[in-house]
Amino acid sequence: MKNILRIAATTAGMSLLAGPAHAEITVGFVTSLSGPGSSIGVLYDRGMKAALEYVGSVSGEKIRLIQLDDGSDPSAATRNARKLVEENKVDLLIGTATAPSSIAMVAVANELKVPMISISPITVPATESGERWGIAVPQPPSLMVKVVVDRMQRDGIKKIAYIGFSDAWGDLVYNGAQKPAEADGIKILTNERYARTDTSVTGQVLKMIATHPDAVLLGGSATQGALPPLALAERGYKGPLYGTPALLNADFVRVGGKAVEGVLVSAGPVIVAEQLPDTHFSKKISMAFRDAHQKANGAAPTDGFSAYSFDAWLIFMDAAKRALATAKPGTPEFHTALRDAIFSTKELVGTHAIYNFKPGESYGVDERGLVLVRLANGQWTYQP
Amino acid sequence: MDREIATILAMDGIASGAIYLLIGLGFVLIFAVTRVIFVPFGDIAAFTALTLASLEMGRRPGTISLVAVLAVLAMSIEGVSLFRARALARLPRALFYYLVLPLLPAGLVWFAAGAALSMPVRIGLSVALVLPIAPLLDRVVFRPIADASVLLLLTVAVALHFALVGLGLLFFGPEGVRTQPLTDAVFDIGGLVVNAQTLLIVAASLVFSGLLFLFFEFTLLGKALRATAVNRTGARLVGIRPAATGTIAYLLASLLATISGVLIAPVTTIFYDSGFLIGLKAFVGAIIGGMASYPLTALGAVMVGLLESFASFWSSAFKEVVVFSILIPVLLWRSLSLVSTQEDEVEE
Repeated sequence: MKNILRIAATTAGMSLLAGPAHAEITVGFVTSLSGPGSSIGVLYDRGMKAALEYVGSVSGEKIRLIQLDDGSDPSAATRNARKLVEENKVDLLIGTATAPSSIAMVAVANELKVPMISISPITVPATESGERWGIAVPQPPSLMVKVVVDRMQRDGIKKIAYIGFSDAWGDLVYNGAQKPAEADGIKILTNERYARTDTSVTGQVLKMIATHPDAVLLGGSATQGALPPLALAERGYKGPLYGTPALLNADFVRVGGKAVEGVLVSAGPVIVAEQLPDTHFSKKISMAFRDAHQKANGAAPTDGFSAYSFDAWLIFMDAAKRALATAKPGTPEFHTALRDAIFSTKELVGTHAIYNFKPGESYGVDERGLVLVRLANGQWTYQP
Repeated sequence: MDREIATILAMDGIASGAIYLLIGLGFVLIFAVTRVIFVPFGDIAAFTALTLASLEMGRRPGTISLVAVLAVLAMSIEGVSLFRARALARLPRALFYYLVLPLLPAGLVWFAAGAALSMPVRIGLSVALVLPIAPLLDRVVFRPIADASVLLLLTVAVALHFALVGLGLLFFGPEGVRTQPLTDAVFDIGGLVVNAQTLLIVAASLVFSGLLFLFFEFTLLGKALRATAVNRTGARLVGIRPAATGTIAYLLASLLATISGVLIAPVTTIFYDSGFLIGLKAFVGAIIGGMASYPLTALGAVMVGLLESFASFWSSAFKEVVVFSILIPVLLWRSLSLVSTQEDEVEE
């Protein structure tokens, strides 16, 4: 053991001599500032600005952030990631606004052995040798749904009707609801689907109403997530509506109007930061995030996405502190140390959740990372 | 399924069928006169809805710059071709048609945007603004290759569609819009709740297909259009300019598309790329009509709407599959009944 320590110390000393006098940590941040993903990508960008405002150095080391736009295009995200690692020699990748682009980036991270923090909910694939170089900050979709289904049981609901997008998101919500529903003794009566470009869901809604559900679970997102509630209201459905954080969107509220009033969705606690009780873990850090966001962007955040980049930054800071003790930034050793540090994150308090990362798992969030909020008078209100 | 559900589904299907009908008729009209399968046609409807929504929110719609750029492009192309033909005397006329006429509504909207406008004014302005897009695209893109094969024209139309969708994203952003309903009235007919909006859609589609019929049957211009559709060379021989009839076909078809855009905007959320799927379903209707027959197209469009509505009840995940797979029997039947007429085509 002593020998190893000595060798480590010598190597560290040698690299100290060889490297520049002030080794700074370089972070590559990719988000979508243009293209269809930009409506979220811009929010991630603001969150990162807030994060830099909140804390910009670790253990006296300054951090250099290099930011690139991927134009919502996975191939551009791949190019960006490669450029950041090979030309800018970054120690960490953070990105990006869409899931396909994030998966593209994490493939590069795996290949070039640079740690990556994904701000989109993705499952990180392992390399051939079984290593993983990335983690995902957001709550996994299955957890988002599980919390909602558990709440339904508490509300005494026995049978629900499901309607969602006829795409991957609709599948994620439906599949995510299966297991907890079975455990909670809730029956899912329908699996209705519609496309984002559909003009009518009358047929689906009629079928759902014909099964007499106690409640409806919505597997849509944003503006077009409001289509089923509107059709349900039109057909006289008065029961409760449940959904996922994908509905936390100003356009959903605007388009849905009265029909979406009272809808209950799961959300990261940061969404309702000022309504949280003082004892809630997220209260203090979320308020700090709000202040930093206000200072950096001139406006308070109104979304959950910007807080993901903020949390990504917190995870990085926490890991970097520990990694710096063993290796020098810019070296492959540091990359490994940083990755190992990220994967040993323990009970780190962020705005969205308390993070615990383990090797072999992409997500590090548990049920504490989600609260339930209800839409009342056009405002999302915290439901303890 | 009981009778009530079936009735509601049928009504829903007829309402969407009526929208497909308007767009399907436009498809046939443009194809018959110019041989172009105008793929971006659905986008025209979506752009109208988005323009209307922008006006409603007091924003300046991005369509203004699209129209302006197209008008300038069309004018310069027209100018060059007139100069080459040494027909500069016709320049003022071209200036009026290609520059002044399209830019007039664009200018109006430019100044009116932001002001509180009443609903009819907003609708009128959006229709007038979007109307010149298709004829201008025709001048810029299709007229130079008017004598190319149908396949080439189709390829160009597909490319044009992607260009327009990209521009749509640039102009209107990724978020969807929904406009205020034209009417909130609800009728109760024998225990059945009917939205006035649905009735409006069906009525509009009936009125406009009726007008189209009258136009083709009783006006000289309509007959000229039909003549061009039957035989371009023959029409030219009797003094009809195919270029002019083409422009009129585009204008008329655009009118149908803008109307359907206005009608559909309050019923559903429209995105910059919503037009394609609406157009595609209308196209299925047009194919049922053999891209030639207006009554059959109308029937086909309503059939697509009904099929879609019932399919969404029975198996919503396979709705699009059901709708588009009726193309297979239709095409089989078409190709079988086409064998007899194939010899005529060889002659051409």
